[in-house]
Amino acid sequence: MAEGLLRAVDIYKSFVGVQALKKVSFEINPGEIHCLAGENGSGKSTLIKVISGVYSPDSGYMEFGGKRYEKITPIDAIQSGIQVIYQDFSIFPNLTVMENLAFNSELADRRKIVNWKRMRKIATDAIAKINFKVDLDAMVGTLTVAEKQMIAISRALMFNTKLIIMDEPTTALTKREVRNLFNIILKLKERGIAILFVSHKLNEVFEISEKFTILRSGELVATGSTADLDSEKFSFFMTGREFQKKTFVPLNVSKEPIFQAKGIGMKSAFHDVSFDLRRGEIIGITGLLDSGRTELALSLFGIRPIDHGAVLVNGEEVKIINPQVAMQHKIGYVPEDRLSEGLFLTQSIADNIVISEIDSLANKIGILDHKRRSEEIERWVRELAISTPNPDNACQTLSGGNQQRVVLAKWLALNLDILILNGPTVGVDIGSKHDIHGILQKLAEEGLALLIISDDLPEVLENCSRILVMKSGSIVADLDAAKSDEKTILSYMM
Amino acid sequence: MMKKEMTPFARFEKMYASDRHLWRLIIMIIVWMIFIALTRFSKFYSILNFQTMASQFPEFGLMSLGVMLCMITGGIDLSVVGVANFTSILMAFLLLNLTNAAGGLPGYAIPLVFGLGILIGAAAGIFNGILVSKFNIPPILATMGSGELFTGLCLALTKGNAVSKFSRVYSRTINNKIAGLVPVQLLIFIVMAVFIWFLLSRTVFGTKLYMLGTSATAAKFSGLRNDRLLIKTYMVSGMCAALGGLIMLANYNSARADYGSVYTLQCVLIVVLGGVNPNGGKGKISGVVLAIILLRMLETGINRFPSISSYYISLIWGGVLILVMVLNYFTENSTRFIKRQMLQQ
Ligand SMILES: Nc1ncnc2c1ncn2[C@@H]1O[C@H](COP(=O)(O)OP(=O)(O)O)[C@@H](O)[C@H]1O
Ligand SMILES: [Mg+2]
Repeated sequence: MAEGLLRAVDIYKSFVGVQALKKVSFEINPGEIHCLAGENGSGKSTLIKVISGVYSPDSGYMEFGGKRYEKITPIDAIQSGIQVIYQDFSIFPNLTVMENLAFNSELADRRKIVNWKRMRKIATDAIAKINFKVDLDAMVGTLTVAEKQMIAISRALMFNTKLIIMDEPTTALTKREVRNLFNIILKLKERGIAILFVSHKLNEVFEISEKFTILRSGELVATGSTADLDSEKFSFFMTGREFQKKTFVPLNVSKEPIFQAKGIGMKSAFHDVSFDLRRGEIIGITGLLDSGRTELALSLFGIRPIDHGAVLVNGEEVKIINPQVAMQHKIGYVPEDRLSEGLFLTQSIADNIVISEIDSLANKIGILDHKRRSEEIERWVRELAISTPNPDNACQTLSGGNQQRVVLAKWLALNLDILILNGPTVGVDIGSKHDIHGILQKLAEEGLALLIISDDLPEVLENCSRILVMKSGSIVADLDAAKSDEKTILSYMM
Repeated sequence: MMKKEMTPFARFEKMYASDRHLWRLIIMIIVWMIFIALTRFSKFYSILNFQTMASQFPEFGLMSLGVMLCMITGGIDLSVVGVANFTSILMAFLLLNLTNAAGGLPGYAIPLVFGLGILIGAAAGIFNGILVSKFNIPPILATMGSGELFTGLCLALTKGNAVSKFSRVYSRTINNKIAGLVPVQLLIFIVMAVFIWFLLSRTVFGTKLYMLGTSATAAKFSGLRNDRLLIKTYMVSGMCAALGGLIMLANYNSARADYGSVYTLQCVLIVVLGGVNPNGGKGKISGVVLAIILLRMLETGINRFPSISSYYISLIWGGVLILVMVLNYFTENSTRFIKRQMLQQ
């Protein structure tokens, strides 16, 4: 029986007005892959910072290799073999890859004269450990998120590392990059290095971790082996709510398609895409990041118009050359990047809700009818259960799930026929994700036609009636959701 | 004991925090007024002096209103002085033509001058708006360029000379005091300020302007017509500038290509001092109006000290502008911190 690598016992930590951790205990063994899960604000980052000596706990203690510490410093943690890779990676964008990798050890060795040859060797060795290939002279600022992450991992491995902690490592990665990261994690495990990674994505937790720990509002709600966990339990632990999964069954599908794409395409993005969309239907479009799915969505809303083929709305050809034309034909678009495309973060929740329908809340010369405006706001806050004490607060005060509801409200207020959603629940906590799915299914029942673009396969399978798989710019499969599974979809995607 | 003393202070702090810029300006105005009262009371506190100030500040006050609108969209209008002079020179020529042998003006002359002047300003503004929206030229460059262009046109039209010798009736009319008290210039300013206040707080256009200034991308994805909004904004700014020019024409009883050349910096200073965020999306007209008043009082007050040459005014304005931006950096930082936290979660 291997001796525990790290134990944290009965940790309490509070910030002004917030009890971030309440009696949390945590244990990890050598070579263990452990997932720390919990919704936003549940205390995951705080726990990591306590373990790595950034914060000192209010009470409780820690053990590294059997040695007890009441309080540790970041240096203690590093010397005990703990390396943390934060979300921002803490690397220097204006230095080259080589410099980023070699400087620490140069400094640690107290060398005053820079020896480029030796630095190159150190850097080459470091990236070779994880079979990572990169131009050592490239500026780190120019690399992709995934490459930066690899550099951070390489750097972490340059020390006598026993535990690598990664805070939400997959958030900004594509599917392929996540795969690559997981392979590396498995290799590190073989070498006896333990990995603690923070995630709130169900599939990642199941795919890679052996052990899990779930926090909710600063409290430990469950810990154990992943084999004993299933998705219902996971959702329950995360939210404290029971959800029954509701698979979408289209009920009132219109006979005639409301929207038709006939061989549409856009140069170097996608080509020959055709499909019909009916009222009451939810079609899912899935594919890898570079499959052209986002460009397709953008073109249907007129942000980047198509250059061949035809789009028909209610059987008539429409040239969607800008968002206004799309909106005239009752098409709305919930964008992929909520923070920059979907919302005006510093403006009020109220204005964010009404901005697209605002012309209809004014008289002929554009003077706002304040009564109707506040009625609309009140209506949508209520209908979509946006939890805010005051809709005049800035949108950035809301959680991800509530922000996404604001974006939905903005479009629903327009009384649309067709709603295109790109990544409808990206960065949204589990509870809100379920709620949003419920809302979308209800909208379809009420006669809206929905198009969901998403690479979250369980989401597509659960909420769509048909699934179109895109690969290299064209549709390679048109599947009946009820008769397919993740494996089938993946086989078409890759 | 302690607690009792804290409460009113805490309440004041809350009030202060809710509208920092306004309170900062009000406090600055009061402090300056007290200082002047203690040092130069009789030279400052007279109805005549206040009337003089009220007839002068609308020149740059109107221009500042335009700059404010543009800054709310995240842009700026540096052509206001150029537009003002261009308008006033063209209208001076018109007045010259309309002046009859007896040195009088036909009854329709002044309404015509104002109508045409505003149209010229609107056209100039539309030109700016097109440069900014359709050609995607950064507003600071587009309006600096067009400002130079208008000034160049002024020079070509006048060869650098003043246009004067038109009927004094124009100047006399604008310099009238309504009910013997309120200068006409002030009235024009108030009308325009109320109009813009109404535009910003009561109309769809106002809401869209703030949203566009907050995020042009989100505006596009929300179906706003960004180009049209920008063109309209710069058009209103041009109209404000033209009105400023018409008041300059009356106050100096002449027009020249280089009048009011310090006003460009001064307008930017006023708008920033008034709490408008240079990155767009935030700003109230009340703050800008207070900043206008403060600046006029500062300048008039300083002029009451003969030992301080008016040549120092630029120096003072430049210094104040930088100071205000640095102060804003520190107050804005608290919100920027929240934003960063949101993005990291
Ligand atoms: N430095 C801090 N100061 C004050 N409150 C904090 C600080 N760091 C975290 N918190 C609060 O502690 C709680 C847990 O935060 P965090 O550990 O970041 O959650 P997670 O990483 O799970 O999203 C949240 O309510 C957060 O607002
Ligand atoms: Mg976190």
